[in-house]
Amino acid sequence: MNNLSLQIAPHRVGAMILRYWYILQSSWPRMLELVYWPMLQIITWGFLQTYITANAGFFARAGGTLIGAVILWDILFRGQLGFSISFLEEMWARNLGNLLMSPLTPLEFLLALMTMSLIRLAIGVIPMTLMAVAFFDFNVYGLGLPLIAFFCNLIFTSWAVGIFVSGLVLRNGLGAEGIVWTLMFALMPLTCVYYPVSVLPQWLQLVAWALPPTYVFEGMRTLLVEHVFRTDLMLSALALNAGLLLASFAAFLALLRSARRAGSLLSGGE
Amino acid sequence: MKDDDTVSPAAPVADSQTPAAIAVSHLTKQYKTARAVDDISFRIGRGSITGLLGGNGAGKTTTIAMIMGLVLPTSGGIEVLGHRMPDESAAVLGRMNFESPYVDMPMRLTVRQNLSVFGRLYAVDNLKARIAELASDLDLTDFLDRASGKLSAGQKTRVALAKALINDPELLLLDEPTASLDPDTADWVRGHLEDYRKRRNATILLASHNMLEVERLCDRVIIMKRGRIEGDDTPAGIMARYNRATLEEVFLDVARGRNREAAQ
Repeated sequence: MNNLSLQIAPHRVGAMILRYWYILQSSWPRMLELVYWPMLQIITWGFLQTYITANAGFFARAGGTLIGAVILWDILFRGQLGFSISFLEEMWARNLGNLLMSPLTPLEFLLALMTMSLIRLAIGVIPMTLMAVAFFDFNVYGLGLPLIAFFCNLIFTSWAVGIFVSGLVLRNGLGAEGIVWTLMFALMPLTCVYYPVSVLPQWLQLVAWALPPTYVFEGMRTLLVEHVFRTDLMLSALALNAGLLLASFAAFLALLRSARRAGSLLSGGE
Repeated sequence: MKDDDTVSPAAPVADSQTPAAIAVSHLTKQYKTARAVDDISFRIGRGSITGLLGGNGAGKTTTIAMIMGLVLPTSGGIEVLGHRMPDESAAVLGRMNFESPYVDMPMRLTVRQNLSVFGRLYAVDNLKARIAELASDLDLTDFLDRASGKLSAGQKTRVALAKALINDPELLLLDEPTASLDPDTADWVRGHLEDYRKRRNATILLASHNMLEVERLCDRVIIMKRGRIEGDDTPAGIMARYNRATLEEVFLDVARGRNREAAQ
């Protein structure tokens, strides 16, 4: 892998996507796992929303904020997981050396991981959204064009986090695997998935507004409760995401270089 | 046995006039607590097979990893096929390949799927025909559609060799290519490597603990110990220099710190 190259050869990106697709379609439990958790989430939170709506005046007006938040959170979380699991497949298979020695560039590798995150996300989240329509009368596609803005901003953040944690695993081996599964949960309270930013203490609000997903969840609530689409929030999130993606790519390259310097690519494991 | 009691180290076989497939100059790798490679220099001429010998911890794997670009040197320079590594790796990665016990082929994919993915990564023309050719050459045809993880050790080695040859490389780096193979399969692999070198005029650098393998395959032997080069010559030259009948005996002398006088 040539560190500095920014060239993109579609045949190499395609080869990596093909590899991950082979893995995915060779294992029905993996395919089932993609759908299973999102479905479980929507059922649990959907019934909670139904109960609260029947018993609380605000939620009766703001129908769908909980289910909407669950779906958008899953886009963020599953997007990162879809990216990172494809990366971990290389570590588990001890295949990284083969890739690093091939003409594949880091950018091409990351593009393939991004594509796989979209594919895995589609497999997991589309059935979940259909279930929300069928059982809880919540149609996320009814959000219209704003949904595209929400989706893009969330997926960009998920990729930025995915790139960064993949770099950490690359540098530190599978001993750092736990961070892949848990880092996004650290963002959950700060990005105000289920409550408005105003709930947080003043100083924590500054932290929250530094995170792109906060703008998305706040924007979703504004849309569902006040029926107003805040483009300013989406543009702010987009600008932050651009910075995050650049920073995470730079961090990935620095961690790859550090791994080469430390010789950790030879061990790969702990 | 000879009487002279000193071993002159590092007399490179390839002269500086022949085009080098690999040129290593004052290469050093210092980890936090250990110096894995200590100021080594050598040139490997194109079309040759060179063996890198040494006990565990001698620095062979680190040297090969630095040539491949998997490990960055602390100091010194590496040129591969005329390009500086790792800065110009994009120009050479498609022209070389490797096999190592430190990496595996993805287990869940079939042999054909694995070769197909790597063939695409290396932009191999007419990939289907190339896979069929390799399968025929390396006797893989019967299990092309079997998952790589369900193969025997010998079959896996042949698949790894097929991956290493998928792009018809000019330079092949092999780390313990016949480790854990039964004698028959190991002999078969050696034969194939010899054929490949002749047919392609390829350069092969292999690290091995198997002295018979090195004697059979290599035009030249570089012996490493504690990160330094202890000897660099043809197998016959090395044996003559150490006044030994086999490379195995030379290896034991080097590993146990005996010079020729002490060994007599």
